[in-house]
Amino acid sequence: MNTIWHLVLNGISSGAVYAALGLSLVIIYRATRVVNFAQPALALISAYLAYATTKATGSYWLGFAVALLAGTLLGVLVERLLIRRVSRRSELSSIIVTLGLLLVLQAVAGMIWSNEPHAFGYAFDFRGRFSATDLFAVSAVLVTAAGVLLLFKFTPLGLRMRAAAFRPEVAKMLGVRVGLMLTAGWGLAALVGSLAGMLAIPPFISPNVLDKVFVFALTAAVLGGLDNPVGTIVGGFALGIGLSCISGLVGPELVPLAALAVLVLVLAVRPSGLFGRTIARRV
Amino acid sequence: MTSTNTSRPGVAEAPASGGLDRPRTRVVPPLLVHLLAALVALAAVVALTLLTDPFTNLRIATVGYYLVAVAGLALLTGFNGQVSLGHGAFMFIGAYTVALLVLHVPAFPLWADLLLAAVTSGVAGLLAGAAAARLHGPYLAGATLALAVGLPAVTQRFPELLEGSNGLSFTVNSTPDALVGVVPPTRWQAWVVWVAVLLALVVLANLARGRLGRTLRAVRDDEVAASLAGVHVGRTKVLAFLVSAVCGGLAGGLQAFLLGTAAPGSFTPALSLSLLAALVLGGLGSLWGALWGALALVYFQVWTEDFSDLLHLPTNVADNLPLALYGVVLVVVILLFPHGVQGGLHHLRLRLLASRSPRRGVTDRVTDADDPRSEGEA
Amino acid sequence: MLEIDAVTTTYGAVRALDEVTIGVDEGSITAVLGANGAGKTTLLRTISGLVRPRSGRITAFGRDITRTPTDEIARGGLAHVPEGGGVITELTVEENLRLGALWRRDRADRAAALREVHELFPPLAERGDRAASTLSGGERQMLAIGRALMSRPRLLLLDEPSLGLAPLVTERIMHVLRDLRSRTGLTVVLVEQNARSALSISDRGFVLALGRVVASDDAGTLLADDQLRHAYLGF
Repeated sequence: MNTIWHLVLNGISSGAVYAALGLSLVIIYRATRVVNFAQPALALISAYLAYATTKATGSYWLGFAVALLAGTLLGVLVERLLIRRVSRRSELSSIIVTLGLLLVLQAVAGMIWSNEPHAFGYAFDFRGRFSATDLFAVSAVLVTAAGVLLLFKFTPLGLRMRAAAFRPEVAKMLGVRVGLMLTAGWGLAALVGSLAGMLAIPPFISPNVLDKVFVFALTAAVLGGLDNPVGTIVGGFALGIGLSCISGLVGPELVPLAALAVLVLVLAVRPSGLFGRTIARRV
Repeated sequence: MTSTNTSRPGVAEAPASGGLDRPRTRVVPPLLVHLLAALVALAAVVALTLLTDPFTNLRIATVGYYLVAVAGLALLTGFNGQVSLGHGAFMFIGAYTVALLVLHVPAFPLWADLLLAAVTSGVAGLLAGAAAARLHGPYLAGATLALAVGLPAVTQRFPELLEGSNGLSFTVNSTPDALVGVVPPTRWQAWVVWVAVLLALVVLANLARGRLGRTLRAVRDDEVAASLAGVHVGRTKVLAFLVSAVCGGLAGGLQAFLLGTAAPGSFTPALSLSLLAALVLGGLGSLWGALWGALALVYFQVWTEDFSDLLHLPTNVADNLPLALYGVVLVVVILLFPHGVQGGLHHLRLRLLASRSPRRGVTDRVTDADDPRSEGEA
Repeated sequence: MLEIDAVTTTYGAVRALDEVTIGVDEGSITAVLGANGAGKTTLLRTISGLVRPRSGRITAFGRDITRTPTDEIARGGLAHVPEGGGVITELTVEENLRLGALWRRDRADRAAALREVHELFPPLAERGDRAASTLSGGERQMLAIGRALMSRPRLLLLDEPSLGLAPLVTERIMHVLRDLRSRTGLTVVLVEQNARSALSISDRGFVLALGRVVASDDAGTLLADDQLRHAYLGF
């Protein structure tokens, strides 16, 4: 019984990370109908910058700030320079382009910081059951998620962003700078993604450290229907707990396959996700 | 009112892949044509291996198994429009099947090992396809990525059988006794690989040219229309996965045979993504494109190594250069040359033909420009 | 107020608009009529910058807007209600309305505009918190027009506001338009297939056929021209 409790607590803190990274995917998918496969790489680069900053200055929090800032900036740049050129083409094009970006950024990270893992610090004390670090992860994600939802729901900027996402042409006719809103969406998403990266990466950083986390985050986002932020957050926590139990009771090596099973099963039953709006897409 | 845009959005494919779709004289069945072409290709490969050193022989063999993997992916992603980011997983299955058979059932001949590798991977492809048939676009991409990330980890689950992350090592003495000492082992291996590869390609080319090819494309272009036309959409998608996985498994099996190892480290998501990069570079929607893609996979590696040596680049940079190159290829090709190399060659050929017969424009359909009768006129 | 000068718009090889020249006076209601496919929607989309013309010039409010981005044209005082209304069904009724005036700085004036629209279309006030997807067709059209009015436009482009609506609702909308024009001096360009009801509130009318202007005159004259009515307007 004790073990289960322990696993659930563990799952909550890792679920927070999946929820955050999943949320960043959803923000972008909702705005541009692009699944950003480069998201883990954006988070990775910003985390490496945090690593370098912390190493140079000794301050974890300065590094943390650098990561969030750099992440936002990267998101903005990627949208402006790359996504704008492909978003009007097919689904396949945007998938391939973001994958290309993923490879390039991972390779660049490896070139600069080598493929070997480096020690990457926690925010707070990480020892024990539901440590200060776990608490920080969960509350940071919850606060961020709430902030994002409030921004979307209650601010003029959020209203503009939603309008630009749902009906870009109509939004334009109403005077909304749609391009700017999409850029803002990518910046916001990359900010949330960088936060997720900072929470997910410790204790070691290496170019592929976020691969698995990304698969889980994508699964969480799919559980939410890819365009439902609340569903994704719930899905992230649920997946975190579920996978933590599988890891503890069956074996950690099967966790990615378990995520795959969840993904396939959920989509087989509900093709638009557990919490997704059921859209008659095919006919 | 008049604002509907009729152009179909989509990653453009090479228009009417060269030589496969042309209505030629109906006397020679396509199978025979493909077999003859394969024989010519085999002769060329044998000649090449005779002219080059063992090192290059190994590379030629490597091009072979990548070719079959990329060609399988071309059928799935190019012809059928299903993105797979997990094709490395099928190669993983093929490689481990061969490794386990060599280690535990040494009595089996090599061809049986390879056949079983293909079959095992095909079964996995059938399962994957059945699960994937309902998924589309980003969902499918995500699921196959999960497969690529997750499957190699099973080696840790069964450390006694699969040796964990060290992987399996073994030796295959495939050279027939009569040829030992006459033909160097790598040369013989290259021959074996290419015989298997060309056999698989003959089957693939036949499928792509025939009814299955048309059905695959019909499903890719419009599922609803295809199903209204009597195509069983789900079955078609599963079939595409099956064929594609068989190719992946064979490729993995050949790799294991060639290298004498099967280790999870060789089947990272990066492998799957580089296969996709190769496909995109060669040109989606054409089996020929797979050849250029496979060549690129091998020679990007070689060139970046040479380049790094030349400039004395630090190992960090050198190790990651191929990966960066694949990424750049994916982005640049999709943005600037969506038809890939094969599309470019096709275009070039049309231009050449057009310049030879001035009455015909560059924009002529390939069937016209290639029609032997029009050459006679000019 | 609005000058469309020899504008040609093409979709591939199709000339959707062919050297169209139309002038709209300030404070007038102008009807653009014609059959399906005549180029009416393309005309409005070209004016508001959603489609770029191949040649010609468009001037509004004394400025050349031929190459101006859509959102900037909108912020210049042009409101375009597209065919079907373009109501964003994922948002609530009030969010749709607020969206119409977001670019205007004056917060108090935005609130005033919202009150006025609520007075103009009372059902919108009652259903403020509901998702726009729950509205009926007539209510959606009211929402679309109300949202356009939120920005206090100087020029309003309406694409088939009567499409699919009951005659009574159509009449109400036409009444509101005429009323607004006389009260605020709003300039309206009204695209309609329902020529009779459009001409009944218009000052001038233009008839499009296959992308060309085939007739232009006072609304009353057009209404009385039997030959034209039979040939192009179908009533």
